[in-house]
Amino acid sequence: MNVDYDEDVRALMDHARKLLDARGAIDAARRVLETAGDTHATGLWRELGAQGWCGVAIDDAHGGLGMASVALAGLAEELGRSLAPVPFASSIYGFAQAIALAGSETQRAALLPEIASGALIGTLAFTEGPGTPFAAPPTARVERGRLHGTKQPVTDGAIADWAVVLAATADGPGLFVVGLNDPGVTRRSVSTLDPTRPAARLDFADVPVEPVGRTGDGVALAAQILTRYAVPLAFEAIGGADACLEMAVAYTRTRFAFGRPVAGYQAVKHRLADIYVKNEMARSNAYYAAWAADHDPAVFESATAAARIAACEAYWFAAKELIQLHGGIGFTWEMDCHLFYRRARHLSTAAGAPDWWRARLADQLRQVAA
Amino acid sequence: MTFDDTPEQAAYRATARTWIADHMPAPIDAADAPIGSTEHLEHMRLWQRAKAEHGYACIAWPAAIGGGGGTPIQQAIFDQEEARAGLSSNYFMTGLKICLPPLLKHGSDAQRARFIAPAVRGDEIWCQLFSEPSNGSDLAAARTRAVRVGDGWRIDGQKVWNSNADRSDFGLLLARTDPDLVKHAGLTMFWIDMRAPGVDVRPLRQMNGGAEFNEVYLDGVMLRDDQRVGDIGEGWAVALTTLANERAALGGGTGPTWRDLLALARLVPSGDSVLADDPVFGQQLAGFYTEAESFRLLGLRMLSKLSRGEQPGPEASAAKLVWSNHVQALSAAAVELTGDYGMIDDPALAPLAAAFQARLMWAPGLRIGGGTDEILRNIIAERVLGLPADARADKGMAFRDIPQGTR
Ligand SMILES: Cc1cc2nc3c(=O)[nH]c(=O)nc-3n(C[C@H](O)[C@H](O)[C@H](O)COP(=O)(O)OP(=O)(O)OC[C@H]3O[C@@H](n4cnc5c(N)ncnc54)[C@H](O)[C@@H]3O)c2cc1C
Repeated sequence: MNVDYDEDVRALMDHARKLLDARGAIDAARRVLETAGDTHATGLWRELGAQGWCGVAIDDAHGGLGMASVALAGLAEELGRSLAPVPFASSIYGFAQAIALAGSETQRAALLPEIASGALIGTLAFTEGPGTPFAAPPTARVERGRLHGTKQPVTDGAIADWAVVLAATADGPGLFVVGLNDPGVTRRSVSTLDPTRPAARLDFADVPVEPVGRTGDGVALAAQILTRYAVPLAFEAIGGADACLEMAVAYTRTRFAFGRPVAGYQAVKHRLADIYVKNEMARSNAYYAAWAADHDPAVFESATAAARIAACEAYWFAAKELIQLHGGIGFTWEMDCHLFYRRARHLSTAAGAPDWWRARLADQLRQVAA
Repeated sequence: MTFDDTPEQAAYRATARTWIADHMPAPIDAADAPIGSTEHLEHMRLWQRAKAEHGYACIAWPAAIGGGGGTPIQQAIFDQEEARAGLSSNYFMTGLKICLPPLLKHGSDAQRARFIAPAVRGDEIWCQLFSEPSNGSDLAAARTRAVRVGDGWRIDGQKVWNSNADRSDFGLLLARTDPDLVKHAGLTMFWIDMRAPGVDVRPLRQMNGGAEFNEVYLDGVMLRDDQRVGDIGEGWAVALTTLANERAALGGGTGPTWRDLLALARLVPSGDSVLADDPVFGQQLAGFYTEAESFRLLGLRMLSKLSRGEQPGPEASAAKLVWSNHVQALSAAAVELTGDYGMIDDPALAPLAAAFQARLMWAPGLRIGGGTDEILRNIIAERVLGLPADARADKGMAFRDIPQGTR
């Protein structure tokens, strides 16, 4: 047993942290937030591709580095802590894992190498309206191989080249891969609470698609894809929550009230300790999920659910208390606190909110303990 | 004990309700006059004036100085009826609920005669100039200097987070008159004209993108001695009057409630039904309802105290603490219930015109402004429970010797 990152993953993470710091990832996030129409840090995105990071967990036969899920998790942690505004989550945790899991060999050969190099961007387009994932049947429809309908919000939908879409068919819901540069696709950006992970509305009018996996199994496949997607998202949340903790510690040590640093008040100390505890609890669950993804299918889903629930809670707590512990200045636009607050909300709702995962987890537990 | 209106209260309520229905301003289009715009302010000013003319503004203040000559209970009844009609008058709240009560209690007759009536009519707007970059919770550590010059005072310093200062006519200013005394003793309160030479108001952008609060730079602002509110060195006592009223005004404010959460859940599909019918949602809803009732009813208990002539006590701290955290939890839950669609904050797309999304981005400010969660807990622990105070590093020290942070 060695419940920790391996040497090679640590090295990758160190390298990633240095590069993301050097490129000012968080400032780039702020630029995207403040500049209408700006979708991502294009230079940084190219660089991540050139480093081979987009393909870290894609097998070498398809142009990737073929490292373990834990390596992807490590990168996700660094990306989450830096708030890097790049479509990495949509393209790599979402789209690439969807194709790797459910795509045909032809689709993998055609799509994964371009995703692994960062040349093309993919995303998932499952949602149409309010609610937990799949609560309402999709109204987007595929008939005779052509897609009609609307998906929103689609993260990185304005810049993605490909999407895996959930759509109704005569045989039940199915997953389809669709080229977003097709003339039948209209994209409009949609304003959300976290513009550093920008979203779009996609309208499809008679757009050719290809099925991914067996049509009719769409919802079950999409749920499996969200499970894969959820693991690195949990690591992004933990990275973000750790960044919040560091900022809160640094600020409260130097901010004085009543003649001493506010970090010296037990109310503040205990809050910081609580953030630490939640982060470490979430980290433990997340490690188990990342390992199980490659090694233990029997516990993978329950481990992922626990990781996601703990990580979402930890990040939300850390982000809201980060603002609180800064006092008035934490509520200003100028301070970066709200970037984490926004991202924490995004990560809690992307891939199903914690309540949805609690319900899934409870189902699993009932089966395990039947 | 009774929660019912007495016959007189019921009669007052009926009259007020009819009066509101008859005099209420016609609704204006949010597109033409969004909240915060000059158009919206002018619109609400008309309402404030109408209330003042009919004795419905500052109901509990004596009529002789511009109030309604009524009771705190009548004020509360009117507030409830006003809220029921969907009206509020935020622009005037800082003045009427925060800045003017200390003028009533500590000011001179001349100050009351000059300022109360115009503020009650909504003709003049006030802001609170207390917090500074170096100190907010530790308000008594204000550094802005007031130095005697001839018969008057010269003010130099900087204030921050001052809500509505950019549209205010006057400000209530806490300043240090003697840095050699212990910090509470060296403070004095003043009123200032926000357009006086040397006053520079700069809007400050909040995390939600709006700019309701400001930085106020004070550079050689000259005041007459009759701009002093209360005695020299009495600034802290005056400030405390303000703070007690501020918390009483804050606990249980406006914004989406559990009713809106339920309305939202009725729009969200879940299985063959809607989320509103889901038992897990039901548990959540029940929790939010119970919490909301607890501070609504605590408000009524405070009111009962007020009507007996007692001051709003530390209950106000409890109400504000629970309310602001409730608002944050409720709006976060609303976003999560709607899944990733809940991240959409475009009022044209999001359910309930994105009210919950907007609230989520305000909520952190509610837990900080008017006393942070931590300070409120200290007040409850020390003043209600009588627990020993934290060891204060600055106790008994001259203000100028107190250790300062690097920020
Ligand atoms: C929306 C909004 C509107 C505002 N409007 C006004 C206004 O109109 N006029 C005005 O003058 N001010 C206004 N303020 C300022 C507000 O009063 C201060 O921000 C607040 O009192 C906190 O002070 P601070 O920002 O200096 O935080 P700090 O005092 O620096 O606090 C930093 C952190 O330390 C904690 N802390 C401090 N002391 C202790 C202690 N003894 N024990 C435990 N924890 C402690 C705090 O709770 C906080 O978490 C407003 C603020 C906001 C957010």
